[in-house]
Amino acid sequence: MKLLYFAWLRQKIGTAEEDVTPPAEVTDVAGLIDWLRGRGPAYAEALRDERVVKVAVNQEYVRRDHPVRPGDEIALFPPVTGG
Amino acid sequence: MIRVQREDFDIGAEISALTAGNHAIGGVACFAGLVRDMAGGDDISAMTLEHYPGMTEKELARIEAEAQARWPLEASLIVHRYGRLGPGERIVLVVTASAHRQAAFDAAMFLMDFLKTKAPFWKLEDTGGDARWVDARESDESALERWRKPAR
Repeated sequence: MKLLYFAWLRQKIGTAEEDVTPPAEVTDVAGLIDWLRGRGPAYAEALRDERVVKVAVNQEYVRRDHPVRPGDEIALFPPVTGG
Repeated sequence: MIRVQREDFDIGAEISALTAGNHAIGGVACFAGLVRDMAGGDDISAMTLEHYPGMTEKELARIEAEAQARWPLEASLIVHRYGRLGPGERIVLVVTASAHRQAAFDAAMFLMDFLKTKAPFWKLEDTGGDARWVDARESDESALERWRKPAR
């Protein structure tokens, strides 16, 4: 699956996008975030406070129990501040 | 109609183009957002707007469709810029046109309230020395509350 990061999440993690293949037990957004936290200190720090991490799967806002599948485009970003 | 672009826009020209030839329109409301030169007591030398290409357009189109469903609009337009902008530069434009003013005013406010909390844009303020990401405001989220009940 393709992961995209924006704003300070992108800066903290150190990349704008990456292709990942999580283990089979990662089936939803919550599981994906947990798995990402274990990938290193930059991920752990960026994803420390869940309240400021919004998630979109295939460009739609989703909740933490939304499924994630191979081939999905999954974006993690802070609360939006446009306008 | 929605547009996400780096370039500036001409408010008068946008309104003229949107309303041209439609004589059912009796009222046009317009909101433009500009870059301020101050934030939290600090001078702002520039602001960089990042966005999520693809999702941004989808969200703006969804918000516009929702406004079209709630109010009898003859026309509507959302233009949002991205990239590096200086103080005084235009960031966003919302134009709504209807037979009467109330629908135009209300729909413009609705579009801005939803845009600010749903459209995937992020502002990075340049204060000269360092740059900092703008925090989302609680008041933006609570502004949505007024739209929970049906508009008409």
